Amino acid sequence: MSERTDRLLAIADDELFLGWRNSEWTGIAPFLEEDVAFSSIAQNEIGHARALYELAAAELGTTADELAFDRRPDEYRCAPLVQLRRLEWARTIARHWLYETADEIRLETLKASDDAEIAGVAAKMDREEAYHRMHAEMWIDRLLSTEEGRTRLNEAVDELWPYALGVLDDELRPELRHRAEERLGRELADVEPVSRGVHEAELAELLKEMTMVRRSAPPGAQW
Amino acid sequence: MIFEVFRQERKGQPFQHAGSVTAPDETFAEIYAREQYGRRQESVALWLVPREAVSRITEFPDEFEMKYRRVDGYSIKARLREARERAGTLEMAPGGEGE
Repeated sequence: MSERTDRLLAIADDELFLGWRNSEWTGIAPFLEEDVAFSSIAQNEIGHARALYELAAAELGTTADELAFDRRPDEYRCAPLVQLRRLEWARTIARHWLYETADEIRLETLKASDDAEIAGVAAKMDREEAYHRMHAEMWIDRLLSTEEGRTRLNEAVDELWPYALGVLDDELRPELRHRAEERLGRELADVEPVSRGVHEAELAELLKEMTMVRRSAPPGAQW
Repeated sequence: MIFEVFRQERKGQPFQHAGSVTAPDETFAEIYAREQYGRRQESVALWLVPREAVSRITEFPDEFEMKYRRVDGYSIKARLREARERAGTLEMAPGGEGE
């Protein structure tokens, strides 16, 4: 597998798993408007995953669906941050914001890529991610504006910080730290990142859930 | 806060009431309205209006049942045409022979 495909799969897996995790709020988000908005964001992430899988599939001679659903759990390249099942709102928002902040940094480098296909998909993704960032940022503003909100956000960010660092390659991590510290107005711990390649137990479990319908159908079924 | 949302389906068309969103402030309302009324490309523009900014009128007294003010069953097209012919403005009228 080329370095290009490996990279595409890593990002596609991030978007697929985060989209799936965020969709765990569908129907049970704190209020109706947020439910619709967060579900819509989740669907966007899955759309981004598809676009990236298609690029990788063209090179590997397979299909986006097969890449998304038919690999072994240990073949997935997604960052541990997006694998975690987090049914608690403050942590969900913290993860959403940390991921979007990291993703923005990553997209900036992809948009500047010499590879026209990758730069093109990255630019398209970024135009949608801009609204995800607005959504995340408004929540951060809101949480930082009260004592309780600030406490809960800070706790969640501290817990997820090693995972957030793991979304990016080594050389991009200082930029993530800089942006996150600036936004929160405080320093974040110097920790060992939980990097890509680590598989949380929750990944295999989620994958089973994600592929339930696909596995139930006879091979070659048309959807 | 409750915001009333109006959406425009295509450029040039009137904005029509789409529904409302409940949100803590305008920023949240804009994000929610965008996702609720725009994510399927069903709108080209949205207006958000805080509900308290909307004036409401509900009383329309008609004590003497002035039916002659209503136009039900009254075909206006032919009469309008005749009137325009008399006035010599037929060609200027929208949809008239002049167009």
